[in-house]
Amino acid sequence: MSDSMTILLAASLTIIGAATPLLFAALGELITERSGVLNLGVEGMMLIGAVSAFAGALITGNTYIGVLCGAFAGMLMALLHGYLTLTLMTNQVATGLSITIFGVGLSALIGLEFVGVTVEPLSNLPVPLLSEIPFFGTLLFDHNLLVYLSVALVFGLSFFIFKTRGGLILRAVGDSPESSHALGYPVIKIRYMALMFGGLMAGLGGAYLSLIYTPMWSENMTAGRGWVALALVVFATWKPWRVLLGAYMFGGVTILQLHGQGFGLDIPSQFLSMLPYLATILVLVLISRDRLKLRENSPASLGRTFRPTA
Amino acid sequence: MSFSLVARPQPSKLMVYLSPLLALILTLFSGFLMFSLMGIDGLDALYAFFILPISDSYGFSELLVKAIPLILIGVGLSIGFKANVWNIGAEGQLVMGAVAAGGVALFAYESESIWVLPAMMIAGILGGMAWGAVPAWLKTRFNANEILTSLMLTYVAGLFLSFLVHGPWRDPEGFNFPESRLFSESALLPIILEDTRLHIGMIIALLVVATIWILLSKTLIGFQVKVVGSAPRAARFAGFKEKGLIWFSLLLGGGLAGLAGMIEVSGPIGQLVPQVSPGYGFTAIIVAFVGRLHPLGVTIAGLLLALSYLGGETLQIEMGLPQAVTGVFQGMLLFFLLACDVLIKFRINMTQKASKTESVKQEASA
Repeated sequence: MSDSMTILLAASLTIIGAATPLLFAALGELITERSGVLNLGVEGMMLIGAVSAFAGALITGNTYIGVLCGAFAGMLMALLHGYLTLTLMTNQVATGLSITIFGVGLSALIGLEFVGVTVEPLSNLPVPLLSEIPFFGTLLFDHNLLVYLSVALVFGLSFFIFKTRGGLILRAVGDSPESSHALGYPVIKIRYMALMFGGLMAGLGGAYLSLIYTPMWSENMTAGRGWVALALVVFATWKPWRVLLGAYMFGGVTILQLHGQGFGLDIPSQFLSMLPYLATILVLVLISRDRLKLRENSPASLGRTFRPTA
Repeated sequence: MSFSLVARPQPSKLMVYLSPLLALILTLFSGFLMFSLMGIDGLDALYAFFILPISDSYGFSELLVKAIPLILIGVGLSIGFKANVWNIGAEGQLVMGAVAAGGVALFAYESESIWVLPAMMIAGILGGMAWGAVPAWLKTRFNANEILTSLMLTYVAGLFLSFLVHGPWRDPEGFNFPESRLFSESALLPIILEDTRLHIGMIIALLVVATIWILLSKTLIGFQVKVVGSAPRAARFAGFKEKGLIWFSLLLGGGLAGLAGMIEVSGPIGQLVPQVSPGYGFTAIIVAFVGRLHPLGVTIAGLLLALSYLGGETLQIEMGLPQAVTGVFQGMLLFFLLACDVLIKFRINMTQKASKTESVKQEASA
């Protein structure tokens, strides 16, 4: 393989690594928002997922069990969010923020013993034969389980949302909880499920960070990825395949950040580190300026509390 | 036994004030449980967290020092939250205020002019306002969600400050530490209580609280804020400009956060460092809610949450626990507050027998 091919391959693998945690978190949030619930606690859920996954992997010595721990912990945080916003009908914005503040603190507290420790990262599962293809084999068929899962979920969730009865009900609940309730659908229960799926996915995103991306735990290691995921959902106008596009675009921005100086860009590292955040603002602006398109696609009841009456 | 929520005919005035107290009690109880789970004597830890830090006058002055930025930012944010403008990037606005004020201090290095401090104050406010203006512009012009843009800008501000203290503004005699020069005497806030760090910022904060109180209760813009928050439709019929309020909330919140940033660098810190705030901008969100979005309440809540910082520090010194305990307590307090607030609009109905829907189901299956 030529040098430029090697660099291209390395760059592509970096993009995939940076994009996958965002993809998980954003796909989960997409389902949550489709049910009409705004979850601003994604960042906190990712952190709790990351630290739990790391703890699970360290204690059991099995990275896969670690991944499950991360997903489960994210789901528990979502359950807390749900109890507050769905059962007690609290303000979704304030509740999400408190989940994030709490998650940042609790994860730091739990993770105190793990700082500086490393675990065995999740190993790659090359697809037999296909992965032997030069270049494309390594690019497409030699990844860990979570990368395959994240891409499969894009297709799976697209199908679920737009082609199944369950997806139709989910969208109905998000667009008009009143009508859905009148039709006899258990709005609150569906929202609980959507929220918990979102938490599970945020937990998986966190697990990816602490078990694969940088196989160690450090305080606040998500560095705003939970918030970027929220922006990605808006960018994607609540469509899974566009989340995939957005997440990989952000992976590309990360490349610039990591290797910018290597490319001969004489810019202080702090400015390169700003890029993902500035890019997030840019995509939000680009997508939000078209109010009609946004309103057409966004779940109509997003962020509004619903109280079933009789 | 099950419980259900029954809507009150009118929101309970009593619960509005009782809910923060209830939340505090529940937080203390959960803290006790948490410490016990960690294998620490819960009562000892709670004592070290809540009582020990303010058991002498120095401790109390430190409480005030930490409460100043929280109160300043908290009153600013509460205006926005009332009007449904969710500025959660106050931390970044604080940083930019600190940067602007610090820039003036470094520019006027070794000047003895009495105008240095006022200039820093104006620069700090303008710096914070400028950083608040960006989400306001993006929201009013492009409809971009201010929650996300203001938060993203917080990361940008932190990196910008990091660049300055690592690069152009680094102390030339500082052995390469990422810090600016120590500010000159003329750029430091006067101390108002001898042998403590309590500075004149306390008086500024109280003046701001009083001003905002008057603004909210006596002026048209204050009235508009309240109407837009509680009855957006009515506000539209009345012709109140939503965009104007977005600008007003973000500029005011940003300006006050910037002022807090100026006060931090010219008060307790005395120079620019990579981290000028231990998350005051985020904690102030909790301060605003616990304080019921009212200037007086915010002042009390500011003191309470300042205690959570002091308590965290004391626990670290006394028991070797991490500072993160502070964040856990802050998060729990907000959870419980939000949960208790349900009692303002609803009352709990305890029932022994199965709930109505279940009995209907039973009849159907019978």
